[in-house]
Amino acid sequence: MAELSIDIAGLKLKNPVLSASGTFGYGMEFEDFYDINTLGGIVVKGTTLHPRQGNAYPRMAETPSGMLNAVGLQNKGVKYFCEQLYPKLKEYQTHILVNVSGSTVEEYISCSEQINDLEHISGIELNISCPNVKEGGMAFGTSCPAAGTVVSAVRKVYKKHLMVKLSPNVTDIAEIAKVVEGNGADSISLINTILAMAIDAESRRPVLSTVTGGLSGPAIKPVALRMVWQVANSVKVPVVGMGGIMNATDAIEFFLAGASAIQVGTANFIDPMATQHIISGINSYLDRHGFKSINEIIGCLQM
Amino acid sequence: MKKTVQNLLVVSNQQLNKDQALLQLKSDVPLEGILPGQFANILVNKSHNIFLRRPFSIYQVDYKSNTLYFLIKAIGEGTKCLSQSAMGDSLSVIFPLGNGYSFPQRKSKVLLVGGGVGVAALMILASELHKAGHQVEILLGARSADDLVELDVFSRYGLVHTTTEDGTLGTKGFVSAHPVFGKEFCSFDMVYTCGPEPMMKAVARLSGLSNIVCEVSLENTMACGYGVCLCCVTETTEGHKCVCTDGPVFDTKKLKWQN
Repeated sequence: MAELSIDIAGLKLKNPVLSASGTFGYGMEFEDFYDINTLGGIVVKGTTLHPRQGNAYPRMAETPSGMLNAVGLQNKGVKYFCEQLYPKLKEYQTHILVNVSGSTVEEYISCSEQINDLEHISGIELNISCPNVKEGGMAFGTSCPAAGTVVSAVRKVYKKHLMVKLSPNVTDIAEIAKVVEGNGADSISLINTILAMAIDAESRRPVLSTVTGGLSGPAIKPVALRMVWQVANSVKVPVVGMGGIMNATDAIEFFLAGASAIQVGTANFIDPMATQHIISGINSYLDRHGFKSINEIIGCLQM
Repeated sequence: MKKTVQNLLVVSNQQLNKDQALLQLKSDVPLEGILPGQFANILVNKSHNIFLRRPFSIYQVDYKSNTLYFLIKAIGEGTKCLSQSAMGDSLSVIFPLGNGYSFPQRKSKVLLVGGGVGVAALMILASELHKAGHQVEILLGARSADDLVELDVFSRYGLVHTTTEDGTLGTKGFVSAHPVFGKEFCSFDMVYTCGPEPMMKAVARLSGLSNIVCEVSLENTMACGYGVCLCCVTETTEGHKCVCTDGPVFDTKKLKWQN
């Protein structure tokens, strides 16, 4: 058994596998399937200052090797999170990170401040990359000045681990990453979904109520790998990779590209046991290649 | 029983007509307490075009042989693939998912209304209601006589009425035109329905007019089936609710489309 534990800017994970926000609920949904404390961490559903109903149905379209979603950050708001969900989450023996989103810088600040007071929340994942809301979200993640403003504002009020989740819908991902790092991010996670569209030829209409949505699944893995590699080579803070990871081999590719940890997202929809297979598969890979620790393969892509 | 993901063995596949198949799948772990109305999410895994699982109502459970039955109509690529499963195939199935229909507290007269492949959600319900001593009547509608399957099995659990759009069996027309909705309709204590949305809306409206509680089983497109993707929402009087975890069974009074 190789050593799977990893330190991400002070966040000590028992293994490098986290569940991705918006694909794992609040963890409780998986309790029938396995002990979720086996995970390196859980990134819970995107949380906003005010409750959000999300977008109208249809919100999902199946696409080759992937899917589009346009959920639109449906959640009950940070107050509900603190009062109703946190008491359950704090019992978990793994790291909990809260994905935080907003329409304005003030909303990001207020939401982060309230989460800062929760002892058993290890960090926040600042979502500046949601493609499915009209205001905010991706707007902050696709411009360097806007990304800098929101990260620096949240950094001032949030004292624990600040992970920032980047949008792939940009011309130069490394530039955004450098700005995010320069404004105080402890780590960078990427990629969020790719802005995309599905059309129903028979009805001659868009499939999604919002016309466009975010593409996820294996279809986006090559794009995600490329971006993780570019970002890992541009910043010093740890990078958390995600995008279409379905199995341990996919995960290993992200470590080689420079990710210190990975998040499993859409795979949770197809196989509720996906994270468990990935953790054991990473172990087998390390043993098979004679590595003692996951640290030995991070960024070790041979050129 | 707790939600589980398992590889189930195909022990039989009975082709019922040109596009409907009845699959019998065997579980290694003991099945227990599956509720009428619950569903399963089945992996197709044959082509990169079919990425997501396909949700199906649990059609029947046989606890003695530890098998689950699914009525599958070949509509798209995924359902076509599954309907052609061969004996000995292994299918990855997540089950049981969602909530069941509610059962009347006292002995009641109930009507089950199914249209098209919606009848798949009603077989186990009919048998369990019958077993619980309720007086069951079943109204099944389809385009043509060939599309109506397993009528003899349904008739073990109650009086079966049929409608067909082409008049090849039973009353000609849609189910909502059947005489069961006439002046005797108010003798029913509860109505359950599953089928095409316009049919369910019509049944819900007729039930509402007679002040009869009506439960529907919805089948919105979904990714996970256990409440984490938040894709299968339906609008209710309490806001967006997931069909997979808050449903698939809903009291029609709680649905916005009732209005």
